[in-house]
Parts: sequence; C-alpha cells; structure tokens
Amino acid sequence: MFKSVKKWFLPLAMVLVITLVVTGCTTEVTTTATTTQTNTQITTATSTILSGSFKIIGSNTVTPLSAIWSENFMAVNSQVSIAVSGPGSGVGIAALIDGTTDICQASRAIKASEITQANEKGVNPYEIQVATDALSVVVNPANPVNELTFAQLSAIYTGQITNWNEVGGNDATIVVFSRDNNSGTFAYFLEEVVQMAGMETADKTLQYGGNVLMLPSTEEGISQVESNVNAIFYSGLGYLNDSVKSLGIKKTANDAAVLPSVATALDGTYPIARPLFYYTNGEPTGIIKIYIDYCLSAEGQQVVLDNGFVPLS
Amino acid sequence: MKQEINPSSRTAADVPSRGLKRRLRLGERFIEGWIFLAGLLSIVVLLGIIFILLKEGLPIFGTTNPWDFLFGTHWYPIADPPVFGIAPFFISTLWVTLISTIIAVPLGVACAAYLSEVAPRKVAETVKPIIEILAGIPSVMMGFIGLALLSPFVQSLFNLNTGLCGFTAAIMLSLMSLPIIVSVSEDAMHAVPQEFKEASYALGATKWETIWHVCIPAALSGIAAAIMLGVGRAIGETMTVLMIAGNALAMPASPTDPMTTMTAAIANSIGNAVRGGVQYQAIFAIGIVLFILTFGVNIIAERVLERQKRKFAR
Repeated sequence: MFKSVKKWFLPLAMVLVITLVVTGCTTEVTTTATTTQTNTQITTATSTILSGSFKIIGSNTVTPLSAIWSENFMAVNSQVSIAVSGPGSGVGIAALIDGTTDICQASRAIKASEITQANEKGVNPYEIQVATDALSVVVNPANPVNELTFAQLSAIYTGQITNWNEVGGNDATIVVFSRDNNSGTFAYFLEEVVQMAGMETADKTLQYGGNVLMLPSTEEGISQVESNVNAIFYSGLGYLNDSVKSLGIKKTANDAAVLPSVATALDGTYPIARPLFYYTNGEPTGIIKIYIDYCLSAEGQQVVLDNGFVPLS
Repeated sequence: MKQEINPSSRTAADVPSRGLKRRLRLGERFIEGWIFLAGLLSIVVLLGIIFILLKEGLPIFGTTNPWDFLFGTHWYPIADPPVFGIAPFFISTLWVTLISTIIAVPLGVACAAYLSEVAPRKVAETVKPIIEILAGIPSVMMGFIGLALLSPFVQSLFNLNTGLCGFTAAIMLSLMSLPIIVSVSEDAMHAVPQEFKEASYALGATKWETIWHVCIPAALSGIAAAIMLGVGRAIGETMTVLMIAGNALAMPASPTDPMTTMTAAIANSIGNAVRGGVQYQAIFAIGIVLFILTFGVNIIAERVLERQKRKFAR
C-alpha cells in the first residue's frame, strides 16, 4: 500500500501527537468547567429575584418527588430552571464525586468508600434526609401468596427458592425481577434483605442469584408484575398502583406481617422503611439551599405525603 | 492510490493570467490541506478511542487476573471485594448474535435474490429504499416493540416463565440487521455479469437454478461481507438487548433464558461507575473485548468485500 516511508511518516507522526494531546487534556478540561459552574450559582443567588439553574441526578425512587418539588419551585420562581434525572442512586453519587451534578438524590446512604473517593477529588458530600420510603415487595394480584419473611425473600433473591409452592403459593417457577446495580434500591435491598443485615442469620457473602432479571427502571418492573402472574419485584412505595399487590413483610417467621404504608413506616413497625437523601458538595448555599429549605418545609413535606412517600415527621 | 494534480504540468492555455494562477494555487492548496486534515481527524478519533479504551481498561488486570476476568462466571461489581467475570456476557452475546444471524441470513439473501433477479425493475426500485429505511428505525423503538408485542408472544409460544429472553432480543436484532444484509447482498448479486446469467439460461436452466447455481455462488463473497456487517450490527446493538434480553447474570444455557450481553452489561454498570474506579476499569475492559470482536468481524467483512470488488472489476 505505501510506496515510501517518507510519504506516510509525517501524517502518522501528526496523528500520534494529536491523539496524545487530545486524550491527555480531558481531565483538566472537566475540572475547570465545574468550578466556573459553581461560581455563577453563588453570584446569581444573591440577587433578590431568584434565578439560575442546577441539576439533580440520582435515585429512580426519589425522582417522582424531586420532579414535583422542582416543578412547584419553578412555578413560583420562573427564572430558575432545575433538571431532574433518575438513572439510579449510584449514578447520582458517581456524578457528585465527578462534579457533574449539583444535588445527588439517593435512596441509600453514601458508603465510606465513596466518601473517600469524593474527598480525593476535593468533593465534600453533605447529607440531608428529605423523606422516608417504605420499600415494598410486590406480586401480581392473582398470586395467592400474601406475606413473606426476610429469610424467604433472601432465598428467593439468591436463587435458593425457585418455586412459589415452597412459600405457600402455586406450583410455578418464580420470575424474580430486580433493579440493575445503578439503583440505590438494588443496593439497599441487597444489604437489608438479601444479606439480612443486623439479623442473626446475616450473611455478607450473599448476592443476587443468576436467575434474577435486572431491569433498567422501576416502571418496567411494575409493568412486568402487572402482566406476569409468577413475577416478584421490589419498589418504592410511590410507584405502587392498583394492578399490583404488595406483600406483608415479616422480619422473622414469629413476627406479625406488616403491610407497607405511610402509617407503618412512620411508627417504625414496617421493617424495610428507609431514608431518602439529598447530597450536595459541602453545605448547600444560595439557590440550592432555598430549594432544599422548600423541600423540608411543611408545604414540601405535604408533597411527600401526597405522592405515597413518608414525610419526615 | 491518490492521484495528485500537479499544477506545474498544466499547459499554458489552461492558465489565463498570473494573478489567477496564484489564486488557484492557493485555493487548491487550502482545499487539499482541508481534505488532508479531515482524513487525519477520523484516524485521530479512532486511535484516540483505542488509546482511551486501553488506558482505562487495562489497569483492571492489576486487581483481577485476565483469566478470571474472561472466564469467571460471576459479576458482582458493588460487592466488597467486587467480582468481575464476563463469561456469561460473552456467551450471551454469542447466543444472541448466532440466533439473529440464523434468522436474518436466509431471509435477507432470499429477499436480495428476489429484488435482484425476480422482481420487475419498478418493484425492486421501490422496495429497496423502503427496506433501507428499516435500518433507520431507532433501536429504542425496536426495543419497545419487542417489549410490548414480541415478548408476550415468545413467552406463550415456548411456554416460558418470562418473554424477556435472548431469543426475543435475537428476533428484534435480526430485523435490525436485515436491511444491511439485503442491501449489500443485492448489490453483490446485481454486480454479477449479465453474461453469466445469459449463459445459464442458454443452457436451459430455470430462473431458480440460475439464482441458486450461478448468481449466489458468483456473489458469495459479497453476501459473506453482508452477513459479516449484519453480525457486526447485532454484536454492537445495545438498547434493544438492554430492554428485552432480560439481563439475568447467570450463564445462559439456552437461547430462551434471560441473559445480559456485553453491551447491556456496559450500559447497566456505566452509570454508577466512578471515573477511574475498579468498576469503571472493568467496564472499559469489556469494551476492549467488544472492540476486538467487532473489529475482527469488520476486518473480515472488509477483506471479503475487497475480493468481491476485484472479482468483477470491469
């Protein structure tokens, strides 16, 4: 193909130089971009008419709440624009660490290892609990099973129990649905239910079984349960509707089964109620602080209640 | 390869005046340089991608040895310590690609033979662009159709627990690679010299015999290239398989099992991977494996297509 070395040596050398320069630059470019972003926010927030924009990224579970809060907030403050997206808590925390979001919404607490990673990148995660959620386990309404213990749920999700008749249901294979590992609910359910944290039978080595179908969103899981008699799935209380049935949960076989609801989550009897968080880099300031104050206000907490989540008090 | 126009070799009649000549030369140089840079850019981008893939992906082999990574059957990225084994993803990709190829190739080649040899010219000229439009349907739409329409059908057809499985994804993928296979193999069959077919008819062969014994064998390298391009499309497709293949982590024993392909595994894990972390590296390492696979397929396709072109160069 090439007739002489001279002819293609120059282009090749140029290609290599340009490639190295372009790829070498990437990290520096992103850091400068984030600093300028935060500066503008602080300056805009000091004026009397609120204006500016910020991003909320993270939990799929918290998304319905954040969406309504931000819509209400933007309706009052027309100069403000808030972008909410819910690919999963893990995504939000990764974005907070990488400095690509202003608020991270999460349905699980940040891990110690993630705090270390954040500190290494100069990010200081600041935790604010904004609501509580009763994590519900749902099945098709045609399924005769009404309650499960932690041990049974763990066995179902690790693949040790594969037939509904082992837990008092029909003779049919259990179709186990889970969120994918971007999800905070995935991580919370793994720790609290599959690995049974804090119980006598706790086992840190347990993992989701190979039969578990990982879905990219909560909505898809709910719609699969609606159409599949043998399906089981877990989801935040806010996503439930009349075409799925939530199961009563028993910590051990001797306890009474408790159905997920605002009341049982508030009085502490529902065993898998969990806090929902906002994380910011350092204590929130300016417009972000005003927004979070609104979320925590009586009006904001009424939104929590109206959308099937559990308010803070 | 490239023919360079040498301005000095022009005759005097071509050049009206000195000023214009200089301007022409300058313009010519500018355009030449522009084209050169444009060509360079695509190579820079490719090399950049390879460089980043290797830079971000290779460090994983410091914590997980290559054997465990390639042949390990467990993928627990957020466990402590994390476990990265991509064998189930690799096998899933092979299953899905294999089934979609088995479905798409006979259909695609038959369609191409019809368009090239049987259909009246007007029909062929209308149908081919329509088939090519099929290639432009966004993959998320194909995923949605698969989720809403095909998966319940597959579930009841095979009496499965769930319709979200490799087979459903493979059917949708075959529909997506069909336009490429039809289009490229139709071109190949069209390029078979008319003399071949006329000779076949002169010997008393029927239309079917001519297609089967003359057209297809003569266009075989082109058809093979079409198949390879279709396979490349199926391997790389992400959104459709993410939505309908089921995303189970177990090693799939049959195509009707829920499975996670390599592309879906990347898409599933990239969100919560912190830049530079182990999970991030593991995802890039899957990217390297995927890149090698599609690169290999494309190189084979390129080689075969080149041979086809030379065979019938006229």
